Amino acid sequence: MTPVRVSVVGAAASLLLLLVVLELVRGRRLKERYALLWLATGVVLLVLSAWRDGLNTIAGWLGVTSYPPAVLFAVATLFILLVLLHYSTVISKLTDDNVDLAQRIALLEERIGRARPTEPPARAD
Amino acid sequence: MVPALNESGAIGRVVDEIRSFDPSIDVVVVDDASTDETASVAEAHGAIVLRLPFNVGIGGAVQTGFRYALEHGYDLAVRLDGDGQHDASELSKLLEPLERGEADLVIGSRFVDPGGSYRPPFARLVGIRVFARLVSILGGQRVTDTTSGFLALDRAGIELFAVEYPHDYPEVEATLVALRSGLRLSQVQVEMRERESGSSSITFVRSLYYIVKVMLALLVASLRRYPRLEGVRR
Repeated sequence: MTPVRVSVVGAAASLLLLLVVLELVRGRRLKERYALLWLATGVVLLVLSAWRDGLNTIAGWLGVTSYPPAVLFAVATLFILLVLLHYSTVISKLTDDNVDLAQRIALLEERIGRARPTEPPARAD
Repeated sequence: MVPALNESGAIGRVVDEIRSFDPSIDVVVVDDASTDETASVAEAHGAIVLRLPFNVGIGGAVQTGFRYALEHGYDLAVRLDGDGQHDASELSKLLEPLERGEADLVIGSRFVDPGGSYRPPFARLVGIRVFARLVSILGGQRVTDTTSGFLALDRAGIELFAVEYPHDYPEVEATLVALRSGLRLSQVQVEMRERESGSSSITFVRSLYYIVKVMLALLVASLRRYPRLEGVRR
């Protein structure tokens, strides 16, 4: 059986994660799109921490008989991997978009330069 | 202001209809990186076309149009969809409350009049109703249709949405942001036509993301403070 203290600490940490994520979204430092996976992480860990019988049952299914909280760590690790993988796909898209933007700016500057071959005279203010 | 993604089959008629409603309207088509001829068709029909370098999503595309309106000093802006489902001949209904100075934001709603002809599939109707009820409660005014893409704005509305507009699945959250910012919202009954071509951007697979994202956005938007807009009104 999971020690009570582990359950309490796990639940508290999950709640803290949820609150921090919500506050970041509210303060516009995190977009909803990127908050959802974190919120799912917090909710799942909170449920597994608070629902002690459930954690034991799942540990039993997975063959973890000696120390059920190990499942808590395993699930947390899995979610962190998911978040990281998600970020890798996001970064890949950002990289492509960034290259696209840079190329378009180069093409636009060339077009503007051709439309105005000489610099306009400096205005006398 | 017409956001469009791969609507080359419908965009020409949409532009024509707006221009035949009133030739003095500047039609701005925001092309969200279509892979078909949407941009050139729109241009050929006399629209001003803003081409986004890559797909930014419907909210980002719509906001591009609001920024255009802000930068070029327009006092009125209308947004309607590029697939032809909104009837440009109903524009006068949306513009009247703005021209009388009674509203800052007019939404073309399918549900003001209970006898309206729009009958969505059951799941979608439930979704529309739930979001409308939530926005009504959180925003303090009864809203019947929060997922409509047919709306008109005055200068105060343009100024708000040019800086404050969600990037994906924006309509529900934007309605709440408008209410919380103190925009005067009014709703008029409109009919929506069946899609002429293309397909709705909301597929079944994305529905879950849509629901969760919008719920979170509503929760967060009701926790945020928004500057009230009374000062900018004419």
